[in-house]
Order: sequence, then structure tokens, then C-alpha cells
Amino acid sequence: MSLSITLTINGTQRTIELEDSRVTLLDLLRERLDLTGTKKGCDRGQCGACTVLLDGRRINSCLALAVSNNGAEVLTIEGLAQGEALHPVQAAFIVHDGFQCGFCTPGQIMSAVGLIREGQAGDDPERVREGMSGNLCRCGAYRGITEAVLEAQRNLVETGRKEAA
Amino acid sequence: MNRFDYVRPATVAEAVAAAAVPGSVFLAAGTNLIDLMKGGIVSPKRLVDVSCLPGLDRIEPLPDDELRIGARVRYADLAYDPTFSKRFPTVAEALLSGASAQLRNTATVGGNLLQRIRCAYFYDPASACNKRQPGAGCDARGGENRLHAVLGWSGSCIATHPSDFCVALAALDAVVEIEGQAGRREVALEDFHLLPGATPERESVLMPGELVVAVRLPGAAARFAAHASYLKLRERTSYAFAVVSAAACLHIKNGVIAEARLALGGVAAKPWRAQAGGGARRRPPESGRLPRRCGGGPGGGASVRRQRLQDRARSANRGARAGPGCGRNTRARARPPCLSVRTHSRRCPRWLRP
Repeated sequence: MSLSITLTINGTQRTIELEDSRVTLLDLLRERLDLTGTKKGCDRGQCGACTVLLDGRRINSCLALAVSNNGAEVLTIEGLAQGEALHPVQAAFIVHDGFQCGFCTPGQIMSAVGLIREGQAGDDPERVREGMSGNLCRCGAYRGITEAVLEAQRNLVETGRKEAA
Repeated sequence: MNRFDYVRPATVAEAVAAAAVPGSVFLAAGTNLIDLMKGGIVSPKRLVDVSCLPGLDRIEPLPDDELRIGARVRYADLAYDPTFSKRFPTVAEALLSGASAQLRNTATVGGNLLQRIRCAYFYDPASACNKRQPGAGCDARGGENRLHAVLGWSGSCIATHPSDFCVALAALDAVVEIEGQAGRREVALEDFHLLPGATPERESVLMPGELVVAVRLPGAAARFAAHASYLKLRERTSYAFAVVSAAACLHIKNGVIAEARLALGGVAAKPWRAQAGGGARRRPPESGRLPRRCGGGPGGGASVRRQRLQDRARSANRGARAGPGCGRNTRARARPPCLSVRTHSRRCPRWLRP
């Protein structure tokens, strides 16, 4: 069985022939498209290492069948920076030491981008922690992660204000 | 994961017809189904993808202030819908207390109703489980079961239904719309899930090939909006299933409780609606507390919690008796579970309520 799907990945449209309907979006990104920035942690939707934005919303790519998401827009960690200029969330993770080993970091960053877009957390650290609870960090860098998300959010809001003015 | 055929019908009628083929299951977001398939817990021969069916992704008002929620509506879209969360805050609160943000962006209303139980023995192919294999036995009964059912269980299964959403829906008299080859039918949410009895493999009243297309909330449910809450006790602050939860709703009229609703989660294989009984509930709210027997049905809230605490104490005692090296109960022995509930759980923070 061959199934053809079209995805827009980091702004580029790709038509992909799937040999097997079992392929998840995560495996497609990593094994077929060499986009290995998105990590496979638990592979069961519990750790959040595989978080990507699907049509602008953060999801666990390990639980999404590629074949079921034909036509979707996918943003991965590779598509976040503009050339050499880091995304404000990436920059804030460096400033606040929001990682140690780095394995969960792409998922944390994509989740943070999704959280800021959702706009439900405000500037309350407790709400940010709740909003990021789908991303586990075994090194325990949660404090830096929370500070990074809050600062990135402040910076993005400020940039938005300046652009609107 | 087993190999499967994949079909993507264009209409509800086509989907229902496609699902009539034996071995077929519906795929919506797949957040539970794909997980189960990866673990080899279920092995469907054919997935009927209903994730793009037209007409099922709307939240639409009906006459008489009733609200119809399409089965494809995602948790986050429903919980953050300003009109919805204002009219049915308990439901929105329950939705936001469940899963993670990633899952809430994906998982659907219909899928929530049909998610499987979260018993560790069900998820472990090496354990005996009557749900996976009828007649195999139930390892949970003699195992680590302090999170299992205290109401409505049977000798064949003691698992609980994991949904928060359904608990709030049960309290508010929601109705499930079901489409099958014989046409459309409706079932009260309270009657949708089945207690295990002798057939734990049957978890709902859905017949093979039937599809949940919508959930409806009656307009009258909105009268509880001002005095309603969803309380969830769990072992960590976020992203955990309920140890026990409760949707409590009061309709206060002229300073008197005109009607009280209470449904409990984490205690049975279905959301447990405690039927409010008689005049005991009609007490002025100034008394500052809920009537003791406002949930006068099978085990009101307080007695359920009491029973669960006793249950946990027994579990801890079992661990102590088992002696060192008995892996399953080591954790219970090291730290009495009731203590962990008291220290690590708390009321749902106010900001979580939309």
C-alpha cells in the first residue's frame, strides 16, 4: 500500500509517499526527512520531547499518524530561527539556562512557542508551569525554563507593541 | 504496532458504513488509540479516520438554549470558548484539569468519551486482564490498586474511567448523539458508560460500528454556572489522572439551594452521579457548608472519600505485611499513599477556572 500525503514543513511544501500507514509524524520527520531536532523520548505522549506545532498549535508528534494529517502545516525546531537570528524563545532559554543535557529542549522550546501563542498563561509563573506540564525535563531545569518562557513572552509582547505602533 | 488498513470516509454515513467491516475502529485524534496500538494492547485491522468528517467540528446553539458540541471539537477549543466557559464553567474547568496542553490541542470530545481505562494491568500485556482477554482474570485485584474503583466494580474488573470531562457532563445531564447504520439515537451520558459486571470488555452502550457524533448540554444546565466547581485530587499538580474528583453544582434561588448536582470521577468505571436526595439539600447557603447528604445516592462525596482513604490504608498495610522485596507494594510501604494525597494535591487553582 502506498499513501501520498502533502505537508508544509517549516514553510516548504513536501509531497511524501508513505510505504506504511503506521508512520507517525515524529518518525516521518526524523527518519524520512532528516529533521532530527524533534526528539523521540517516551514515544507515548507523556514526555513532550516530540512537540511540534501542527497548524500553529503544539501537539505530540509521536501520537499523530502522518497519513491522518494530510495537508497540515508543521513547524519544527529547525524552522524557528530566522537564519542566524535565534527566535526570542531560543534566546531566552540560553540566557536563563533553561536546559542541562538538552534532550528535551527542542520540545520545551516548541511547547513554549505554542503556549505563548495560546495566550492563556499571562505573566503568572504558576500558570506557565501548568501550561508546560506536558514537557518533562529529567535534568530538572524547570526553574530556568519557566523564567525563559516568561521573558520570551515579555519580549514578544514588547516587539508586537513596537510593530503595532 | 500491527499493520492496518487505513480508510478516510468523506461523510458520517460513509464512516458508519466503513466501520461495519469487522475489525474496524474509528480514528479521531488517536491520542489514546495510537498509544494502545504501540503497546500492543489493541490491534485493529482497519482504521476508519473520522478526523476530518464535515459538520462535527462545531459548537452550535440550539433552540431552548441547548448547546450541541460536535464530536470532533477539540478540548482546548471548547474549554477556551468564551461563551461556553461562561455558561458551563464546570465543564471547562474539568477539561482544563485533564491531560497536557499538547493533548488538549489534539484530543476530541468524542474521543474523550471513548478513551480506555488507565489500569496499569490493562496496559501491561504480561498481566492478566479480563478487558483485554475475557476470562483471563484480573491482576489488579491482588496488585497495586489504590487508584482503582471503590464503587460499582465487579470481581472481573476494578478499573476506573479516567475522564474529567465526562464527570462534569454527567452532573449536567448531557446527552450523547450516536449515529449507526440503523440511524441516529440518543443516550444520556449517565447511561453511556457501563459498569463492568461479568462483561468488562464492554465499556459503553455503543454497538459495533456506531459513531458518537455530538454531545448536547441542556439549556437548564447553565443555571448552575454561578455556583459550580470541579475539584480534582491527584498525585501531582498537573498532568495526572484523578485519584478522586467531583463536579459539584448548585442552583441557588432566592437564597436557597433549589437544586444540587454532584458527580464523582476516579471512583468507578463510569462517571458516578450521586443523586441529590429530598429536602436535605434545601438549606440556605448562609449556613456556610454543603448539606451533609446533598449527594444522598450510592455513597455521597464524604463517604466515598472515607472509603478511598480506608482502601489506601489497607493497601499500605498489605505492603507492610508483604515484607521487603515485594516490588509492587514497596512504594505504598515507604510512604502511606493517603499522606501523599494530602501533601501533593490541592484545590484546582482559581486561575484554572475560565
